[in-house]
Amino acid sequence: MSCWQTVQDYGLRSLGIGERLLPREDFTLCEQVTLIGSGLLWNIYFGALALLAGFFLATALAVGKGARNRVIRKSASWFIFVFRGSPLFIQFFFAYFAFLQLKSVSPVFDPFTSAWLGALIVLFFNTAAYSGEIFYGALRAIPRGDIEAADAYGFAGWPRFRRIVWPTMLRLAWPAYTNEAIFLFHATTLVFFSGFPAWQQRGDALYYANYFADKTFNPFVPYPILAGYFILLTLGIIALFGLINRRLNRHLPAAARRGLKLRINIIR
Amino acid sequence: MFSYCADPDTLSGLTWLSCYLTTGKHMQFYLSFGTVLLLLAITAPSALLFGFFGAASARSRVWPIAWFGKGYIAIVRGVPDIAFFLFFVIALDQGFEWMRHQMLCPDWDQPIRQGNDFIVCAEAKLPRGNTAQWVHEVYGFFLAVLTFSIVFGAFAANVLFGAMRAVPHAQLETAEAYGMSRRQTFWRILVPQMWVYALPGLSNLWMVLIKATPLLFLLGIEDIVYWARSLGGTANPRFTDYPHGDWRMWYFLALLIFYLGFTRISEIYLERLMQKLTRGQATSGGDAQRKATA
Repeated sequence: MSCWQTVQDYGLRSLGIGERLLPREDFTLCEQVTLIGSGLLWNIYFGALALLAGFFLATALAVGKGARNRVIRKSASWFIFVFRGSPLFIQFFFAYFAFLQLKSVSPVFDPFTSAWLGALIVLFFNTAAYSGEIFYGALRAIPRGDIEAADAYGFAGWPRFRRIVWPTMLRLAWPAYTNEAIFLFHATTLVFFSGFPAWQQRGDALYYANYFADKTFNPFVPYPILAGYFILLTLGIIALFGLINRRLNRHLPAAARRGLKLRINIIR
Repeated sequence: MFSYCADPDTLSGLTWLSCYLTTGKHMQFYLSFGTVLLLLAITAPSALLFGFFGAASARSRVWPIAWFGKGYIAIVRGVPDIAFFLFFVIALDQGFEWMRHQMLCPDWDQPIRQGNDFIVCAEAKLPRGNTAQWVHEVYGFFLAVLTFSIVFGAFAANVLFGAMRAVPHAQLETAEAYGMSRRQTFWRILVPQMWVYALPGLSNLWMVLIKATPLLFLLGIEDIVYWARSLGGTANPRFTDYPHGDWRMWYFLALLIFYLGFTRISEIYLERLMQKLTRGQATSGGDAQRKATA
């Protein structure tokens, strides 16, 4: 069987498209690369959606943790503490079994026990808590002069937040947030090892790498392939977040020249 | 455990619960918390040691050693740590067996990898097939500790490498001016001063290490996750004196609370340690302390 045939059979296997049976013996390098790459789709799905949704909740949590209202402040702080203070692995287990219990109460919770929704919710809350703490730190680090200037220009309330506070917060938090994004994508590999079943063997990259390592009893091929994929993914994240970083810093004198280059990239 | 537990069927309410929570299986569950603490107690210093050597070799002037050190630091940032855990447990095991195989059976002529099998001679097997069960468990735990140390050593190396660079350069130049050799400068000037700069990173690492302990489960150790899963599952009246439904959710809630308490206590102690170490330092934290007392 040619390698191109393998790619056609297994390229989208993790989504349930293509050959149903996984290869069982005489594993070729091509099969391993294709299947692990196919599983990477799930890592990207979990990471991207959780990051996108978590970004908005994180902003709300950061503002909430700095709020004057005691109830809002306490509840935001507790949310952040619970999700940052306990292992993600235990959170996955707890959420899965909690959803299982809820499922017996009402069939509405059926989809929550499968990974695509249940694990996504846990990752969403988790990344929101971690990024919320980062954003909260950035909120407190906003230079006083910026706020005073905004006041002098007559900004107040929502427009002040939207145009002055929020962009400055993002700018200050961005390097730490990039780190958080990288580690979130790494954390997505835990999903299928923590209770959530891989239905019809549709798993993520680590699930397939582990499958090959178990079958061949040779960890020296599948795990380096996985590592290669993740290094590429990490480089991709750094490149994307670097672009956003340049845009956030484009008004600053030192970054002005880089801002010009950036616009070309965005058009393309 | 208690005398009234002899006939569980007659019990109810809190007495039932007190008997249920003190069965032999539950005692093993409580002991497994000790396994977690033991892992932390062994891994933290050994990861620091690995990290120290990693950072020191990344600073080396001999380029193969420097490359090795830098590669060691860089690789864990790009790849999920759980992948390393799954990889090292098998790789280390096979590595040890392969080395023993080379030493003990030099006239073995078959290939070690035959299809999907990894075959070494009987003398090289680790641990030997006829040894006691506890030897197998200790060996498994040893592999897990080594794996944790390698992975977290890389994180620690990253922190220590940064801390070594944060030590003011003038200090090192002064040492050179006094005629100290490179080795003397490293041990007498650089190493004693780097810890203050390293502490924030290392305390962060300690938190990450605590939160990584449930991954022991993936390495095949009977840890708290293993017991919570098996004890919490539906208990059939035919096989146990204490039947109950699916309680895994509550068991994992207990683990969640355990970890929250553990991190909270660590936070408090690390904060105190930081207060102690910043006393008298020429940092903004030290200045704030001086102002507060004045």
